[in-house]
Amino acid sequence: MSHSKWETVMGLEVHVELATKTKIFCSCTTEFGGAPNTHCCPICTGMPGVLPSLNKAVVEYATKAGLALNCEITRYNKFDRKNYFYPDLPKAYQISQLYLPICRNGGVEIEAEDGGRKVIGIHEIHMEEDAGKLVHDPHTNSTLVDYNRCGVPLIEIVSEPDFRSAEEVIRYLEKLRAILQYIGVSDCKMQEGSLRADVNLSVRPAGSETFGTRTEMKNMNSFKAIMRAIHYEANRQIGVLEKGGEVMQETRRWDDNLGESFAMRSKEDAQDYKYFPEPDLIPIEISEETVEQTKKALPELPEAKRLRYVGELGLPEYDASQITNSKALVELFECNLAAGVPAKELANWIMGEVMHMLSDSGKEPEEMTFDYRYLGALIGMVQKNEITRNTAKKVFKAVFEEGCDPVDYVEKHNLKTVTDTGAVRAAIEEVVAANPKSVEEYRSGKEKALQYLIGQSMRALRGKADPQTVTAILKEIL
Amino acid sequence: MELKDMTALELGAAIRKGEISAVEAAEFSLGQIERYDKQFSCFVTVQEDVLQRAEEVQKGIAAGAFTSPLAGVPMGIKDNMCQKGIQTSCGSRMLAGFKPTYSATAVEEIMKAGAVPLGKLNMDEFAMGSTSETSFFGVTRNPWNAECVPGGSSGGSAAAVAAGECFYSLGSDTGGSIRQPASFCGVTGIKPTYGAVSRFGLVAYASSLDQIGPLARNAADCAAVLGEIMKQDRRDNTSVATKGIDLQKVLHTDVKGMRIGIPADFFGEGLDKEVAACIEAAAKQLESMGATVEKFDMPIVKYAIPAYYIIASAEASSNLSRYDGIKYGYRAEHPADLLDLYTKSRSEGFGMEVKRRIMLGCFVLSSGYYDAYYRKALQAKALIKAAFDRAFERYDLILGPVAPTTALKIGENLSDPLKMYLGDIYTVMINLAGLPAASVPCGFDGKGMPVGMHLIGHYFDEEKILGAAHAYQQVTDWHKRKPTQLDRI
Repeated sequence: MSHSKWETVMGLEVHVELATKTKIFCSCTTEFGGAPNTHCCPICTGMPGVLPSLNKAVVEYATKAGLALNCEITRYNKFDRKNYFYPDLPKAYQISQLYLPICRNGGVEIEAEDGGRKVIGIHEIHMEEDAGKLVHDPHTNSTLVDYNRCGVPLIEIVSEPDFRSAEEVIRYLEKLRAILQYIGVSDCKMQEGSLRADVNLSVRPAGSETFGTRTEMKNMNSFKAIMRAIHYEANRQIGVLEKGGEVMQETRRWDDNLGESFAMRSKEDAQDYKYFPEPDLIPIEISEETVEQTKKALPELPEAKRLRYVGELGLPEYDASQITNSKALVELFECNLAAGVPAKELANWIMGEVMHMLSDSGKEPEEMTFDYRYLGALIGMVQKNEITRNTAKKVFKAVFEEGCDPVDYVEKHNLKTVTDTGAVRAAIEEVVAANPKSVEEYRSGKEKALQYLIGQSMRALRGKADPQTVTAILKEIL
Repeated sequence: MELKDMTALELGAAIRKGEISAVEAAEFSLGQIERYDKQFSCFVTVQEDVLQRAEEVQKGIAAGAFTSPLAGVPMGIKDNMCQKGIQTSCGSRMLAGFKPTYSATAVEEIMKAGAVPLGKLNMDEFAMGSTSETSFFGVTRNPWNAECVPGGSSGGSAAAVAAGECFYSLGSDTGGSIRQPASFCGVTGIKPTYGAVSRFGLVAYASSLDQIGPLARNAADCAAVLGEIMKQDRRDNTSVATKGIDLQKVLHTDVKGMRIGIPADFFGEGLDKEVAACIEAAAKQLESMGATVEKFDMPIVKYAIPAYYIIASAEASSNLSRYDGIKYGYRAEHPADLLDLYTKSRSEGFGMEVKRRIMLGCFVLSSGYYDAYYRKALQAKALIKAAFDRAFERYDLILGPVAPTTALKIGENLSDPLKMYLGDIYTVMINLAGLPAASVPCGFDGKGMPVGMHLIGHYFDEEKILGAAHAYQQVTDWHKRKPTQLDRI
């Protein structure tokens, strides 16, 4: 942040939809989408007399998440009711956990601003049910309710106020997403709302020990939006304070199109949720044995992988941390590593071409659709000098965009390196004959002319020759 | 024996023997409803398919599909239990016309036993009340004296059995709603242990206290009905596995050697002298049958009413929030905005007593008051439970009055809610403790109104309670008496 006189302090509340097949309290599917009100039943739509039955998989997933995030598991935990009226909440209460949440006191390690490591504390994780969705119909000027999402299981991960910059927030979210994806408890797709973050933010004079008044920001559905919203809100609060004003404790809604946030409700109209223990569900008891078994069954987590990539495979810190931040990139890396592709070469490709294609296409790694083994096949062809590095880059574009098999593609488009030196020599001789002026210049000492002639030769060979071979032959002729 | 004098089990046996058909029994009950219901208003809805159902059950009995001793017996269901395709109103304008697409588990179970449901029985709105006067569908009257209330909230369930309009009924009990109307109407009723009968499909009043149970002419019928519905249900997380009810065991119970305790605190101020005399007489009767009866102190009694009204209202305020006019039920017309839609729909859709309890519940749960009220009430609940646990170390059963008085006149109680709440003193603590308890007819007051005794057992001691009640009914005839006015209507 540009205002070095001020320090920004943030805490996050992250809602993650769990990837269980069925909802938390009934057997309806959790599948995203579907025609409105087709994924629901009397239970998730809160009809009179129905009762919730707890889906045990939700407890398993939440326990897994808690352990992967270094939390203590509350052996005896309970559900509570959070009461409020809204049309997307058909019971007019959300079954959640207030008094005894399933996980507490965890933490996630991220890279700090100064390049060192920093632990972001996790205050608690609780299980709850998602609400439905309101859809405004402009044709009839009415609001319609879709209950499909009602009862989809969520965990809410509440951090400590440990963030000091937007970058830290993003790194934490990336890490969180990678961990939850690794252990398979959520797909964490922000665009489908299966990962949503609310940011609690306050500012204080640098060096101050006490917290300022905070606001809570909602409705950010991409990392970019979160970044923008944090910068906007920190600047807004600093502006208020520098003018001698007071920051109001309120909930604010981020509008990403306008790049501004708007006050939704102040502390005074904050709702009283009238929490009390959910009488329809008996307390959940988790045995020591279950916790131990769950812990043992956890896969290798990003942090351990990162250390292994650096220590055993010799990858640069940065590469290791970028790759391990995404389950898809790890899968891409590890499946080719297992096939015998050298680690460093593989990492170079991922950090280079793969990242490049992702950023060009605006895709998340999880959205890559090609067969991951194709990357290894492509690297193999380069290593065997079957294609040039430049050709390989072009081929990878086709792999990435169209899912083409690189071996077939090279064959079909006749992209193999010309290894017949006779053919190369013939092509170069033609170039030399056609460019007497450049030949003259080179002979009179202009190095640039050589580059031009190499370029022309490569072009004549349609890039399929090894540039070093071309250079050697050209020099020989000249 | 004439049909009108038969118990449910006697009728069931006659149907099995082919002495009478299920259709004849159903026709008889429909005739009784025709004859008496204008007077007593027990039913909110009389089903249209009663005779078809009876025919189906008759065929099922012949084919061996229905083997229950109750198969083919006409019965009634309190209007807070969902029955697929039939209006389930809870006695409220809010749910007038609401037809669920599913049935309560207890309803499904009794249907599997070959029940022939006649219709849905009137009740206090959302089961809140002790008089059955707060229903949107009118006041149910006591068959012993139509000027009096039948008790509540399962007033329709008790009065319909007392008037002979059905042979047994299903009621629900949150703070005495089966036992108090059973006492007022001279029928037998039992609230089972919390968790014994599935609550799935029972429209919730106070989830941690609600329990479904039977009302019938005697203890044996209650045992037979309870045997059919007392099953663990995976759709109700709070339901538990039990060994069920062994009817033969109930029918052959001997009270000889049973230790019966009477809390001296139950006989304090407020208890009607005539009611007290009936309970004392019942105690003597049980003693003469070989039980040992003694009084003991249970000072915890005084916390029961406040703790109950805090917990029940708190849960009710949340349970009834879903009636917001959005998806089903009553919706006010021409709302200005969303808040107005909520406010108007709920103001117009709910009656006075319901609104009173919602407001009370919201108050005790609100931020800053939770610890002072709700948490304290939970502590009182734990103390009450502990006091009963201690008592049951010494006694097999606890005996006392069900209600401090017999049935009051219509209108007498509604004007003074506090007085009405105090009338629940003996029953609410049983729900707080989660114990099973029955009301068993044990006499009449000077005005000819019935009195019930309260037989309370330890957890899952339903067989013992009903066994003792059955033994008592073998040597007494209070439960056999009928309102003489029935012959004149």
